[in-house]
Amino acid sequence: MATMVQAIRMALHVGEERLGVTDILGEDVGPPLGGVFTATQGLRTAWNTPLDERGIIGAAMGLALAGQRPIAEIQFCDYVYNTIDLLKLAGGMCWSSNGDFNCPMVMMTPVGSGIHGSLYHSHSFDATATHLPGWKIVMPATPRDAYGLMLSAIVDPNPVMFLAPKALMRVKSLPGEEIPGEPGDDKQLAKMIDAPLGDRSAWRPSWPDTPDLFIPFGEAKIVRAGETVTVVTYGRMVMECAKAADELRAEGITAEVIDLRSLHPVDWATIKKSVQKTNRVLYVNEETEVTNFGEHLIRRTVDELFYELHAPPRLLAGAFVPYVGLAPSLESASVPQRAGIVQAIRELAKHRP
Amino acid sequence: MNTSPIHHATNGVDAHLAPDLLVRMHELMLQTRLLEERLITMIRQGDGYFWIGGPGEEAFNVPLGLLVNKGEGLSHDYLHLHYRSSGTLLALGAEPIDSLRQMKSVKTDPYSGGRNFVGHYSARKWNVVPISSPIEVQFSMAPGTAIAQKRAGGRGITIVQGGDAGTAEGDFATCLIWASRPGNELPLLMIVTNNSYGISTTYGTQHGEPRISDRGKAFGIKTATIDGNDPEVSYRELQKAMEYVRTERRPFLLEAHVSRLYGHSSSSGANFVEDEVDGLARFEARLVERRILSRATLDDMRTRMTAELLAAYQKVREEAPPDPSSIWDHVFATKNVNDGGAR
Repeated sequence: MATMVQAIRMALHVGEERLGVTDILGEDVGPPLGGVFTATQGLRTAWNTPLDERGIIGAAMGLALAGQRPIAEIQFCDYVYNTIDLLKLAGGMCWSSNGDFNCPMVMMTPVGSGIHGSLYHSHSFDATATHLPGWKIVMPATPRDAYGLMLSAIVDPNPVMFLAPKALMRVKSLPGEEIPGEPGDDKQLAKMIDAPLGDRSAWRPSWPDTPDLFIPFGEAKIVRAGETVTVVTYGRMVMECAKAADELRAEGITAEVIDLRSLHPVDWATIKKSVQKTNRVLYVNEETEVTNFGEHLIRRTVDELFYELHAPPRLLAGAFVPYVGLAPSLESASVPQRAGIVQAIRELAKHRP
Repeated sequence: MNTSPIHHATNGVDAHLAPDLLVRMHELMLQTRLLEERLITMIRQGDGYFWIGGPGEEAFNVPLGLLVNKGEGLSHDYLHLHYRSSGTLLALGAEPIDSLRQMKSVKTDPYSGGRNFVGHYSARKWNVVPISSPIEVQFSMAPGTAIAQKRAGGRGITIVQGGDAGTAEGDFATCLIWASRPGNELPLLMIVTNNSYGISTTYGTQHGEPRISDRGKAFGIKTATIDGNDPEVSYRELQKAMEYVRTERRPFLLEAHVSRLYGHSSSSGANFVEDEVDGLARFEARLVERRILSRATLDDMRTRMTAELLAAYQKVREEAPPDPSSIWDHVFATKNVNDGGAR
C-alpha cells in the first residue's frame, strides 16, 4: 500500500517517462535528498534550484512558455507568499495575451497543519490559491487520488496547483484504494522506490508498472453516503470528517461526506444534489475562516438552495489568527478537530427551522 | 541627462556599418518615434486611457529587434521585454497600426484583444512572451526559456530587458544567480536600458553602484556598459554580446544608457524633455553629414510616415470595442499552444 508521498513519486515518474514532464525543480528536490518529504527521490528530471521561490516559479513559467512541462515544488506553502505576483501572472498568462500563450505548469506544495510545524510549516494555502483565476487547484486526500490528480495536472494545458496535505504524506492507501500495479506489500514497494539511508549515489529505483490513471478535475468523491447532513471538505479534513460521520451513526445521524478533490473546477453538481437531499450542509477545511473557500460555497448554497435548507449552512475552519502555534493545545485550538466536527454535524442534524 | 560614466567598448566612428543598414535602422527609429508621438496624441485626444512607451530608446531597441533571430520555438530567440519596447517590435516586423489598436482598446488589438495597456505586447510567432506591468518579473521568467534552450543546444538565446530602477527588485538578483549556476550557465542576454529614472526618482538617489553592469562581475558574467543613444554603438555591442551568448551558451549583462524623451508615461504629462540626448536627431545629423540621407529625404519620410499613422489612426477609431462577453474567453486554455499544439 503506497503512502501519499510514494504515490506522488510514482505519478511524477509516469509523468517524466510517458507524459512529457521535462523538469521537476525546487529546493532539495534532486539528489541526494529527493525532497524533504521524499516526493522526488529517484526521478530522472528532478534537479536542485537555488533557495529562491521567485526563481523557481519564474523558471517554471519560462519553461512552460518554451514548450516544456515543468513541475515546480515550493518546499512548504508557507514560503509561497513571495511568489504571489508570479502566480497571478501564470494564472493570467492565457487571458492577458488573449490566448496567444498558455502556461502549462504544475506547482506542488505541502499544505496544512498536523505535523507540529509551528508558525511556518502549518499554513494552508487554499483560500489564497482559489483567489487566483486561471489556476486549477487540486488537493488529494488519498494516495490513489494524489496519483491520479497529479497525472491529470501534468497533462493539463493550464497552471495547476497541487496542494498536498502534509499530515497525510505518510498515510497509506486503504484496502480497495490501491494504485493499480503497486505491489501489495509495503516493504516491497519501499525497497523498490525509497532511497536507502546513507550513500545513495549508486542507488536507482525500480519502478512498479503503474498505469495512466487520470482522475478528472471537478469530480468530487462521496466518501460516506448519508441522509441527514452534507459535509463538504477536502485534504486532511476528509479523514477527520469521515471518522466524525462514523461516530455519529450510533446516534442515528448519517452524514454524507464529500471530498471535493479539486477546488477549481469545483463539483457543484454533487454538492447541490446532496444538499437537496439532506437540506443541511457543513463545510470543513483547515484554512483561516475569513474569505475562506467554504464561505464562497456557502454564498452559492444560499444563492441557489436557500428555500431547500432546513438549517443555516455552516463553515468550520481555522481560527482567523496569524499562525498556527506550536504547542499542541494551540494547534488544536486553531484548526478544526474531530470533536468539533462531530458537534457541528450533530447541531445541524438537530436544528429545527 | 545622463552623467554616468559610459564605457565605449567600441569606438563608434572608426568603422561604419553598411549604409543600407544605417538607412534601415533610421527608418525604423523614425517610425518608432512617430508611432509613440501618435500614441501620445491619441491619449491627449481621449483615444486611450494611458500611454507608456519608449521614445528615446529607439537607438538601442531598433538594433536589438534587427539582430534577433526571430521566430517561434527553441531554435529562435525568446524575448522577455517591457513596456518601452516598441522599437524592438517594429524592427521585428510589427505593424504600427496594431499599437494604435492596443491604445484604442479595440477588439482587433492582436496583443491583448483590448485588455491591456499599450506597449504590452505578446507575439508567440516571434517568441515575444506577454509583457506585463509588474516591474522586473520578466527577469525571474527568463531563466526558464534559457534553460530549455541550453538543453536544446543550437544557437537560440533568451533576451531579457528592463530598466535601471527595476534592478532593485529581487528578480534581477534571481536572474544573475540562475544565469550563472556553475555548470549550468545559461544562454541569456540580460539588458538594462538605463534612463536614470524610476518615474520621478533618480537613479543616483537610490543606487550606490556606479554601473549596474558591475553587478554581473561577481557572478563571472561578462558585462558592458554602452551608449544606447547611438544606434551604431548599440548595433555593434549587441552583435558582440549576442554572438558570445549564442556560441558560448553563457550569460552576458549589457547596460545601455538611453534617454526618456517624454517622461515616464501619460501620468507625468508625456511632454518632450529638452535636456536629454535625442538619439534620433543626432543620428539624422550624422547621416546627413555623411551624405547617406539628405534633409529633404528625411523631411519626406517624416511627412509620409506621419500621414500613414494618421490614416491608421482614422481606421482604428472606427473599429469595434471587444464584446463584453469576451471577458470569459481564455481564462483557461483548451490546448497547449506553446509546444506548437503538439499536445
